[in-house]
Amino acid sequence: MDFDLSEEQSILKDSLDRLLADKYDFEKRRKIMAQPDGWSGEMWNSYAEMGLMALPFAEEDGGLGGSPVETMIVMEALGRALVLEPYFATVVLGGGVLRHGASAEQRAECVPQVASGEIKLAVAHTERNSRYDLNHVETIAKRDGDGWVLSGQKSVVLGGDTADRIFVTARTGGDTCDMNGIGVFMVDAKAEGLSRRGYANQDGTRAAEISLSGVRVPPAGVIGDPAGGLSVVRRVADEAIAALSAEAIGVMEKLHSLTLEYLKVRKQFGVPIGAFQVLQHKAVDIFVALEQARSITLYATMMADSDDEDERGRAMNAAKAEIGRAGKLAGENAIQLHGGVGMTMEYAIGHYFKRMTAIDLTFGDHDHHLQRLAERSGLFS
Amino acid sequence: MELRFTPEELAFRDEVRAFFAENVPEETRAKMSEGEHLDKKDMVEWTRILNDKGWAVPHWPQEYGGTGWDPMRQYIFLEELQRYPAPSPLPFGVNMVGPVIYTFGNEEQKKRFLPRIANLDDWWCQGFSEPGAGSDLASLKTRAVRDGDHYIVNGQKTWTTLAQYADWIFCLVRTDTEAKKQEGISFLLIDMNTPGIEVRPIVTIDGGREVNEVFFTDVNVPAENLVGEENKGWDYAKFLLGNERTNIARVGMSKQRIARVRELAAKEMSGGRPLIEDPRFREKLSSIEIDLKALELTQLRVVAADAKRGNTGRPDPASSILKIKGSEIQQGITHLLMQVMGPHALPYHEDIEGSNEPPIEPDYAGTAAPGYFNYRKVSIYGGSNEIQKNIIAKAVLGL
Repeated sequence: MDFDLSEEQSILKDSLDRLLADKYDFEKRRKIMAQPDGWSGEMWNSYAEMGLMALPFAEEDGGLGGSPVETMIVMEALGRALVLEPYFATVVLGGGVLRHGASAEQRAECVPQVASGEIKLAVAHTERNSRYDLNHVETIAKRDGDGWVLSGQKSVVLGGDTADRIFVTARTGGDTCDMNGIGVFMVDAKAEGLSRRGYANQDGTRAAEISLSGVRVPPAGVIGDPAGGLSVVRRVADEAIAALSAEAIGVMEKLHSLTLEYLKVRKQFGVPIGAFQVLQHKAVDIFVALEQARSITLYATMMADSDDEDERGRAMNAAKAEIGRAGKLAGENAIQLHGGVGMTMEYAIGHYFKRMTAIDLTFGDHDHHLQRLAERSGLFS
Repeated sequence: MELRFTPEELAFRDEVRAFFAENVPEETRAKMSEGEHLDKKDMVEWTRILNDKGWAVPHWPQEYGGTGWDPMRQYIFLEELQRYPAPSPLPFGVNMVGPVIYTFGNEEQKKRFLPRIANLDDWWCQGFSEPGAGSDLASLKTRAVRDGDHYIVNGQKTWTTLAQYADWIFCLVRTDTEAKKQEGISFLLIDMNTPGIEVRPIVTIDGGREVNEVFFTDVNVPAENLVGEENKGWDYAKFLLGNERTNIARVGMSKQRIARVRELAAKEMSGGRPLIEDPRFREKLSSIEIDLKALELTQLRVVAADAKRGNTGRPDPASSILKIKGSEIQQGITHLLMQVMGPHALPYHEDIEGSNEPPIEPDYAGTAAPGYFNYRKVSIYGGSNEIQKNIIAKAVLGL
């Protein structure tokens, strides 16, 4: 075992950190958030130039063949800078559907455009009543000649407001919660019958409510088996959890380091407040939570490309539950240790807290994953 | 970055597993599995099996009987040992005084003591804590006054684990009362059979007799039993405490105890079905498992860093995490195990020798509550968890 980054991995980390330190400090981020789309096209192009969009795709598809470790490195850096561009939606989610579900022709058509930064993707899966259950799909896909017609509503589609192509899940057969009968369909965002309402989330990232009324999908837009899409969705969700866990590590690193800085400079009763033991121990609690979260993220990263769906799923349950628990502890304590200043919109710490909170609400919170793991056979059996 | 064991490491793990399966005495395994105390005979028997194989002191330098395994193999060995379960080597000799002797002792001391530690010919105990010196260890008062070629030792040690079995005790004693408190301490090896030593048991809340008070009244100790230099004992003590970290998280042991919880929870009924099928119970178990999985990776990160950069012998302050989380997890499991037994954890199973009274059924429930009571100790000993937090705050966070 070796937990150190290779030379190439170190270069990736350092160059991305440098870019973000230069272009994405707190003030610049605030200006970016105020732009119409809520993120920066200029930054998007910089990521593409660095090869971040091409990172996880196979070399034969026009990618760089990166492993889950490379994605972890990128997501941690994006977390440290609270990056708003829809990298997660495009590369991790949409890219995941392409890598695990799409045919060679579909990949040949799409991957180069994603890799160059030309198009953005989104995955429209969550619905009003689905909560975190991946098998709950009410949106209907009806046969129409050799194609399909989609009707239904999708909620909180991350990056769905600006995506050019959207992977929509819809039921091709069976009842609302059946494992079989879920299809994945590639839909152009401008397709007739698709309407969307974009908005900002609590943490400044963006999403959309998407309505589909009779959206026609040609045969070339069907991703894999139109009844067997759940395994693709699960695989993408598992990779998403590993990636979000890594982003959470970046966020927690900042919650930790900003809080430490504050404890050292803020003076009360004539001394830095970090001199008080009760505050020191709270800071240590954050540190311990961060390191344990880092460890479980390494475990999730190690399991992210496993073909054993059950083992992989249990690892993701464990990781997401731990990230939720540790992130809440770190975020709430970071605000508490900052006192009143931690409550203000113009100070960074609260924004990290909000991103941490949003991560818990994405792809299953602590309770959800703890329950799922408890239903399964445990981590050590 | 390579996040999996190498094929060589996996082969080593299989070799270790096979050896345990063939060589751990079944009675010892059963006792450990049921949470019963081992007696001296069990420990000596097992240590000699390990020593015959050359595995009694894996982490020692090879010239003193070590195996030459890298830190990852040492970790795998201990993990598998705990998981089997088989007894870990007696720490007071193997992990504490042994490394102090081969690092700071003279040739005579090395020849005299090290082989006898490896074979458990000498049972060692630790004379550090005193009634007035717990977390503030350096304020210890036990005095050693030089008198010709001897020291005369007077004072009291406490919390001395298994002193009732001990042949030798290694002590921190005050040899200079004028110097700063850390600078007047020496490291002395004392034969427990010396006149003037008295061992009195301390009965702990679980009813066990694990720890003792040790009293020294004009105890004559040959000066040749001083380790290293006079008044440098605090340095050796810090070295000793820093060596504790390889085993402190006890991930393998916790895995074994979780397996035990699952086994018993499948037998105990609750609401007409086995307790293990109760969702609330399963969530509590899963929650501990998640913590333990994270700790396992944290431990592996520390081990892998050692393997790469060499074990400096200096405690990595981040490894204080291992103590804090390891103890919390161990305690959580003992509580869960007690809950598994429910009302059957209530009867106090008194261990009266020669008694013909049949045990109260189920007999394996008898260790559940005492195990919980006893394990409150793990967040107190070896530097309490609050002291660990102070260490992290100072050494890692710079507060």
